[in-house]
Amino acid sequence: MKKNRVVSVVALGAVAAMGLSACGGGTSSSNNNGGGGTTTPGFGAAVGKVFNPSDTKGGTLRFANSGDWDSLDPADTYYGYSWNFIRNYGRGLVVFKSAPGAEGNKLAPDLAEKLGEPSNDAKTWTYKLRKGIKYEDGTEVKSKDVKYAVLRSLDKTTFPNGPTYLGDFLAVPDGYKGPYSDPNVDAITAIETPDDYTIKFNLKTSFSGFDYFMALPSTIPVPQAKDTGTKYKEHVISTGPYKFETNELGKKFVLTRNEHYDPASDPDTGRKPLADKLQVELNVNADDVDNRLQSGDLDISIEGTGVQAAGQAKVLNDQALKAKADNPVNARTWFTVLNSDVAPLDNIDCRKAVLFAADKTAYQRSYGGATGGDIATSLMPPVIPGQKKIDLYEALTKPEGDVDKAKEALTKCGKPDGFNTVISYRAERPKEKATAEAMQQALGRVGIKLEIKPFPLADYTKLYVGKPDYAKANGIGLIIYGWGADWNDGFGFMQQIVDSRVIRAAGGNTNLGIRLPEVDSTIDEALKETDTAKREALWAKTDELVMQNAAALPGVWSKGLLFRPENLTNVFVAEAFGMYDYTAIGTSRK
Amino acid sequence: MTTNPEDSLAEVGDVPPSTLPASRADKIGHRFLEVRDLRVHFPTDDGIVKSVDDLSFGVDRGQTLGIVGESGSGKSVTSLSVMGLHKKGTARISGEVLLDGENLVGASEERVRGLRGKRMAMIFQDPLSAMHPYYTVGSQIIEAYRIHNKVTKQVARKHAIDMLDRVGIPNPKSRADDYPHQFSGGMRQRAMIAMALSCDPELLIADEPTTALDVTVQAQILDLIRDLQQEFNSAVIIITHDLGVVAELADDIMVMYAGRAVEYSTASEIFNSPQHPYTWGLLRSMPRLDRERTARLVPIKGTPPSLINVPDGCPFNPRCPHTALTGGASHSEVPVLRDLGHGHRAACHLSAADRARLWNDNEGQTSG
Amino acid sequence: MPRRIVAASQATTPSTVLTYIVRRLIGAVILLFVVTAVTFSIFFLVPRIAGATSEDLASRYVGKTAGAEQIHEMAQKLGFTDPLYVQYGRFAKGLIVGSEYNTGTAIEQCPAPCLGYSFLKQNPVLPDILGRLPVTISLAAGAALIWVLAGVATGVLSALRRGTIFDRSAMMIALAGVSLPIFFTGMLSLSIFRDGLGWSIGGSFYKPLTEDPLLWFSSLSLPWITLAFLYAAQYARLTRAGMLETMNEDFIRTARAKGLPERTVVVKHGLRSALTPILTIFGLDIGLLLGGAILTETTFSLPGIGQYAVIAVANNDLPQVLGVTLTGAFFIVIANLVVDLMYAVVDPRVRTA
Repeated sequence: MKKNRVVSVVALGAVAAMGLSACGGGTSSSNNNGGGGTTTPGFGAAVGKVFNPSDTKGGTLRFANSGDWDSLDPADTYYGYSWNFIRNYGRGLVVFKSAPGAEGNKLAPDLAEKLGEPSNDAKTWTYKLRKGIKYEDGTEVKSKDVKYAVLRSLDKTTFPNGPTYLGDFLAVPDGYKGPYSDPNVDAITAIETPDDYTIKFNLKTSFSGFDYFMALPSTIPVPQAKDTGTKYKEHVISTGPYKFETNELGKKFVLTRNEHYDPASDPDTGRKPLADKLQVELNVNADDVDNRLQSGDLDISIEGTGVQAAGQAKVLNDQALKAKADNPVNARTWFTVLNSDVAPLDNIDCRKAVLFAADKTAYQRSYGGATGGDIATSLMPPVIPGQKKIDLYEALTKPEGDVDKAKEALTKCGKPDGFNTVISYRAERPKEKATAEAMQQALGRVGIKLEIKPFPLADYTKLYVGKPDYAKANGIGLIIYGWGADWNDGFGFMQQIVDSRVIRAAGGNTNLGIRLPEVDSTIDEALKETDTAKREALWAKTDELVMQNAAALPGVWSKGLLFRPENLTNVFVAEAFGMYDYTAIGTSRK
Repeated sequence: MTTNPEDSLAEVGDVPPSTLPASRADKIGHRFLEVRDLRVHFPTDDGIVKSVDDLSFGVDRGQTLGIVGESGSGKSVTSLSVMGLHKKGTARISGEVLLDGENLVGASEERVRGLRGKRMAMIFQDPLSAMHPYYTVGSQIIEAYRIHNKVTKQVARKHAIDMLDRVGIPNPKSRADDYPHQFSGGMRQRAMIAMALSCDPELLIADEPTTALDVTVQAQILDLIRDLQQEFNSAVIIITHDLGVVAELADDIMVMYAGRAVEYSTASEIFNSPQHPYTWGLLRSMPRLDRERTARLVPIKGTPPSLINVPDGCPFNPRCPHTALTGGASHSEVPVLRDLGHGHRAACHLSAADRARLWNDNEGQTSG
Repeated sequence: MPRRIVAASQATTPSTVLTYIVRRLIGAVILLFVVTAVTFSIFFLVPRIAGATSEDLASRYVGKTAGAEQIHEMAQKLGFTDPLYVQYGRFAKGLIVGSEYNTGTAIEQCPAPCLGYSFLKQNPVLPDILGRLPVTISLAAGAALIWVLAGVATGVLSALRRGTIFDRSAMMIALAGVSLPIFFTGMLSLSIFRDGLGWSIGGSFYKPLTEDPLLWFSSLSLPWITLAFLYAAQYARLTRAGMLETMNEDFIRTARAKGLPERTVVVKHGLRSALTPILTIFGLDIGLLLGGAILTETTFSLPGIGQYAVIAVANNDLPQVLGVTLTGAFFIVIANLVVDLMYAVVDPRVRTA
């Protein structure tokens, strides 16, 4: 897994042109097979390849966010766009490559010299740091800084927003609360730093995908002496190509070049710091962002969720605008969970009836038709490496649903005339509401009567459908949901939604009702499997098992509609994030 | 132009000098204020409101004219026309309003405005609403004074205090800084008079000056007006619906009905030998000291006519109890104001004999 | 000689004015506390009525996969397990003398008046609000200046030229101004001037006046005009109606009878009187605006208190919402007080009441 090639635009384009597996762009509107980069505007020109390739430096990139970061502190952030952008001001041990196409799904060593070396049981992982990597103040990054950064990210009281994977897997003492409560960092042996440039992680159980954990922002080093706790987000000490010049919380921040960033120390990641300044505005009116992008007043809508519903029709119907748009796949599926706690959905045939009767084109329509995404035939989206195409319920051959097969299944489960149950959705999501109504109609054809119940988004999983007792007591059989991968691999996508052991009675669950022992055991196998191809096959198997058991109704593999203003240079979609790559993009505006 | 006074088609206003008291004979036509053939019509969506028709009168300096009539008789409209206070475009005014020989009808707004307050002034019925509530009485008088006299504020203030003193307001220096709502009704009216007279106007028009006041205060205000008139030698017009108000003060009285003058003579003539049924009605409906206390007041039956649809013939005919005696003329011919002798004018179809008889009969009935 | 009668006059002593002011101030303070109590109760009681426990409420402040124990700890740390009156008492005490918060890494001071501590953002609420206050004040003040001048002038001219083309078209435009929602006029103006004509204009350029007057002006000019259009329309209609009524008053006739030039009559006598009710409305409008011109700030992306309110509500961050509510209530109450006092200054008849 050691990759040591010099990154250049042409090479990248050539690599992309080699058609590295159609997995990334297997869907309709992207063309992965164009040669190299292109400068002619066209719909999808930045998907799978570089649009407007450039090496020219200079200018200010203007980003806008219609909301606000959860936090700029690397220990406290979970947004995809934040993980994309943070690579500009922080270097973790390992990072997703800045490259178009499937190459962007791969990990590259950043602070580390190469990807991790696992022990035989994959319970210990060792990394060697490069020497001479400096913070913005000129001090050198040492392995203890990485250890400190990881440990402080375990403090979920101070940093409640960040991911919890490391806390779940690292062999830290029970109830460990982080270095603010327990300043004796050296005593924590879950992470060892035998010397200034070596770091070792000891896990509770085997985990083969640990490199992906190291791509989390938590490994971005934090110098303990300069750690200001909750105030650190006001000025994060940079190890990346840019550092914070100004930071008005809640309003705006600007980054300028970090003189102590040495490109020579960064040969593998593909970063290309072209712009001289990165300017990010916060809390900008969302519709206004679209207008400003189109008028040239803004460069990038940083959330990467794409054009607002209001603006989509305009962009798609205007040829000139459409040529500046990209429709990349995201690692996100919109689907409906069949809650096996609620009768008669505890019976597999009744569940199959639902899957046969469902109108898949209507589901897709609810999410904006073909631009919104492709009809999903299973849970795992195609961007996940190793995804296998399976279609057990004729989603592609009979997308309006198969009434006859549904009725057959109903008879088999002892409910020939159908049954009643409740379908839930998040009240603030009009697409989910449309889905509920479409399902009500479609399933009504075979006598399955759905009562539609909306719940507030903020507490959907915490207090309502995500609380098993509540869902059971209220007979919520169908739960409309969606899930985006934390990162593009089997574990990053599937584990949180199909592993029955993550289900907690207290609520806040991400697995809303899939309890299949075969899936759990397959997951355990995958966690131990260090061979990539075998591991990917195991995750694909969990996908298959879920579908064989009709545990969920897949809806749509999501796609976004991004707008690409003229002045952007070196634009390409980072497949790992489903949005433009923010570490290699530039502007022709001075 | 002279015509035969017995002629029913005689023109209004001109009377042979020989029939009048000598002191006034040479003044007729040259009085300080001469109004001739004044006509004020208001076009509205419902029709033309004929507020004033063929009105002629006059008043000289040192003289007081009382204009008497019910509401709607046109008396206020007349005074506003003299002052030129009708909104441009709302009223159609024709005739002549001669102020010291200068015709104000058709004169430029600038010119008329310059005369307002300076040579002719007006006081109104309700001094509380007629004075601005936000400015002190003193400052309002000062304003009135300084618009016509270029003096400093201090000089004007001294003058204002003087005026307040002259109209009988005690502590004028401190009261000048009070607001209108801080005065009692009578004092307020005095203040308004002070404001009106601050520039020594030669003509003062008082529109219902005592209607909003208590009876006891009424007398004081009327006394004040008379005293000031003597002091300033002003021409005064008092407009009222109450004959009693003008009984002592007026030299001449003009009775108006439906926009026309129906009787016009000296005050003593009006009270002692009124010549018009409407005037009789007014007198009879007035409480009088020389009547039995238990004698009934006799109101005039009916209501004033619509000024859009004025009745044919004599406008008073719907309410006049004597129309039968005119042989139908009341309903067909508009009676003109003509001189009945001694400068006493009335507009009535009844013969002189009838009139004398009807009046004396009634007087006999109601007195004693 | 005219008989002299001493008139009864009502004097206003200084002490009655003072007691009036003091009474109103005390009333205002009490009202503010009542507002906080009600807001507080709403946010705490309503979810509980729906069946939520203090753990459920605390779970908003912890990460995605926090365990039950962690949630319980958070509930205790945030004080959710205490009864309502204790929690409110803590808050009220903070308002008066300040309080402190244990963030886990440090003890954070929150000096009086402590509007609360946002656990989601992990900082006290008041400095955030104070930091955004200049934006909202700039927006309100600038727009107010424009709308008062434009609205009143238009209203006066319309009243004087009643029924003319000017009057009819002015009132038609006013009707549009009052009826069109501000996000519509706002986005329209942005689209015309910033996107269409390419001007460097619009809320996101905002810089404080002291830092960069030019940017301050260019960022606020469109919001000023948009906001002022809405209010000017209302004020034009109000002024017109008020003027029409006032110009029929007797004292106007008297003013003319005195020989005053028409302009003095209209302005000094007419307008002065007609403006009094408009003064009341103006005070209330300003009070409301200072609490956050929510629609305008969101449309133009201005970093003011209104935008803060939207963010706070979207994040379900009670301390922030409480802080913003209190700020808004404060301004409204103060504005009411000032208007009452101004009324006494403007209209002498009120002073003796």
